[in-house]
Amino acid sequence: MARRTPNREYVPPVQTLQVRYAKRGRMRFASHRDFQRAWERALRRARVPMAYSAGFSPHPKVAYAGAAPTGAASEAEFLEIGVVRQVDPSVLRAELDAALPEGLDVVGIVEAAGPLGEALRASRWRITWPVVVTEAVEAFAAADSICVERVTKAGRRTIDVRALCADLVLVDPCTLEVTVAHAEPTPRPAEVVTAIRVVAPDVPDVPVVATRLAQGRSFPGGVEPPF
Amino acid sequence: MVQSVFAELERILPLVRKPIQYVGGELNATVKPWDSVAVRWALMYPDAYEIGLPNQGLQILYEVLNERNDVLAERTYAVWPDMEALMREHSIPQFTVESHRPVGAFDVLGVSFATELGYTNLLTALDLAGIPLHADDRGDGHPLVIAGGHAAFNPEPIADFIDAAVVGDGEQAVLRLSDLIRDVKAAGGGRADMLDAIAASGVAYVPSRYEVTYLPDGRIRRVVPTSPEVPWRVSKHTVSDLDEWPYPKQPLVPLAETVHERASVEIFRGCTRGCRFCQAGMITRPVRERSKTTVADMVQTSLEATGFEEVGLLSLSSADHSDIADLTKGLADRYEGTNTGLSLPSTRVDAFNIDLANELARNGRRSGLTFAPEGGSERIRRVINKMVGEDDLIRTVAAAYAAGWRQVKLYFMCGLPTETDEDVLQIARMAKEVIRTGREVSGRRDIRCTVSIGGFVPKPHTPFQWAGQLGWAATDARLQMLRDEIRSDRDLGKAIGFRYHDGRPGIVEGLLARGDRRIGAVIEQVWRDGGRFDGWSEYFSFDRWMAAAERVGVDVDWYTTRERDQAEVLPWDHIDSGLDKEWLWQDWQDSLDGVEVEDCRWSPCFDCGVCDQMGTRIQIGPSEGSILPIVQVR
Repeated sequence: MARRTPNREYVPPVQTLQVRYAKRGRMRFASHRDFQRAWERALRRARVPMAYSAGFSPHPKVAYAGAAPTGAASEAEFLEIGVVRQVDPSVLRAELDAALPEGLDVVGIVEAAGPLGEALRASRWRITWPVVVTEAVEAFAAADSICVERVTKAGRRTIDVRALCADLVLVDPCTLEVTVAHAEPTPRPAEVVTAIRVVAPDVPDVPVVATRLAQGRSFPGGVEPPF
Repeated sequence: MVQSVFAELERILPLVRKPIQYVGGELNATVKPWDSVAVRWALMYPDAYEIGLPNQGLQILYEVLNERNDVLAERTYAVWPDMEALMREHSIPQFTVESHRPVGAFDVLGVSFATELGYTNLLTALDLAGIPLHADDRGDGHPLVIAGGHAAFNPEPIADFIDAAVVGDGEQAVLRLSDLIRDVKAAGGGRADMLDAIAASGVAYVPSRYEVTYLPDGRIRRVVPTSPEVPWRVSKHTVSDLDEWPYPKQPLVPLAETVHERASVEIFRGCTRGCRFCQAGMITRPVRERSKTTVADMVQTSLEATGFEEVGLLSLSSADHSDIADLTKGLADRYEGTNTGLSLPSTRVDAFNIDLANELARNGRRSGLTFAPEGGSERIRRVINKMVGEDDLIRTVAAAYAAGWRQVKLYFMCGLPTETDEDVLQIARMAKEVIRTGREVSGRRDIRCTVSIGGFVPKPHTPFQWAGQLGWAATDARLQMLRDEIRSDRDLGKAIGFRYHDGRPGIVEGLLARGDRRIGAVIEQVWRDGGRFDGWSEYFSFDRWMAAAERVGVDVDWYTTRERDQAEVLPWDHIDSGLDKEWLWQDWQDSLDGVEVEDCRWSPCFDCGVCDQMGTRIQIGPSEGSILPIVQVR
């Protein structure tokens, strides 16, 4: 009779590490599932002593905090991993960077001091249109409330995008930087773009380039990263 | 200077489904400076990225070519219709995924056809690349379009569209082609000179250097080289010592999800079981094994290079490796207690396989168990030379249930030569017996088996190349009957899953597999009518194919359901797979008489012709050495 239980003991994590990484260049087109696989493979290639979940199909303990949507670039993505042996974050950083595909780049690794979720309250986004949006952004900024609808499998939800946006800065006539507060649900950059088109329907419905510049606690004028 | 089209591409990527498949950036991809080499290959797998990327053949050639200093190779795949429409709208050409260079700028477009259903996708790629569809219309500035893969053993249906076809193992052939092309380029020669050099060398088949004439009744009269320098027949390539070619060493790891999320190591090439329906087994002879130490090294190298968690040990019939017991035990020992999984696809039906599967399941991962009896009755299994007895089969599957497997898949074909309704109905009886016995030996009622069945398509270079294919309506009727028979017993029937492919796509595959040069017009018409991704049921249109055939005056039945006689010149007779046509005919006759043929690995040679003709020999173990544990450095 073959064994029906995995021939492997469950080993609990002894250390939790928080990783900040960037999604650059063509990697912005990776979906959440895509870079999740890339991360798990990189962790194996770098021989990180990962903690695995118990059970018949164990999977490495990696928790991704609010990942940027497919198509958006980011300088400030975060994840958390559990390891079964103490590791030196600075050594790990170099090894992981070498094991990841170009464009998924480690920015920093620290030993967890507190939960990531609480530290990540808002994101600073840069959105670039292929057209001039000065007046559109001014009209958006002048409004108090602009709602857009999100259609999900669970149904329709209305999000007041404008109310969650702050610190709007036009860095050039085609480029907006904006702090978006994390909420239930958090507006995506595409929804900010849609909300702007609500007040400025003249802006053509064309793809924009969105980059998350920072993630952390918001303060007037920007966002403070946890590390 | 050849420019990347990425800037233009980036603007449309947010508008397509799964954009990641078009951006490249895979781990272990190679990007070389354009001007650093003499010969540039664009390698294409004519299906979606998710299917094409894991393809071992293409990955091997990619690495073999890129290891050469004077050659570069990049990859390109079929783009989905949403992408195609946007590329046309924005004038973006077919591009490679590494550097997004236009395919039209390369010296060679090498296309690997695992199946004939990729032909329309070739035309899309050519058209998007700005390469004229017809080889005749191409000039010095256009790449040579070279086909390879199993379907290239009958390249005639795509003779209009390709400049050459490589037959057999590609590793050495692509290097020889690179040399020929480099030398002609260095001497200032153009396209015609390259094709002359290739045709004369016999390294690849150049359709334009052969003339086909027909008899009044439509059969081929003969196929004649157009110049005395060109050989009458083009021979397949055979790599002799696979230990010398341990590729891929650095398997590509995609960002996008693909059909095989694992590394693969080919443990041997070729198969001499002699299953008469199996083109792969016939055209890849003889058997050439990798030694167990090479396999073990390749497994470890692949794991380190990729970060995959699973390694598949590939071949046409993996349990037949002469060292398979040592190999599986050695690897299972080495990776025991890790999260590394091993899988052994393509195994035959016998109890030995349950032991192997048990070894590989030590880490708790159980890949599914699949057996392929192929035919439902003992009689039909003698016809196809798949020698497995009913009792053995039941015993094997029962052993699997007893060993803890709950789910077993059984593969069959419908429409085999001489098949009757009774042969197919036997499948239902076999499946019920499997469940009955399985419940008895396991003491459980939650065991299941799945019967998976598709229509048989006669293929070139097999003993069934002369056979009449069963029409689609008759295939569908038999499948319906089988389904009813499985469902007839409610208690057993509910434990049996039934999966089938209807008969229509098989007829198109049959037309393309055994077609001649006159089929090219059908392919082109279908493509002009919108045919794309014919291997995908959501895109395939039988009616489109039939309408196109009628429009260009091709009688589909004549190519598919018609039985050929011994004297007929077959469209692929001038492609030498090594198999002696007389021997194939004799095997066809033996099949009709229900006479079986042994495997030449364990019995004397029965003169199929391959080793004599190709100067090759069977290479099997057992080999020296043992599989050592990997010492972890930290």
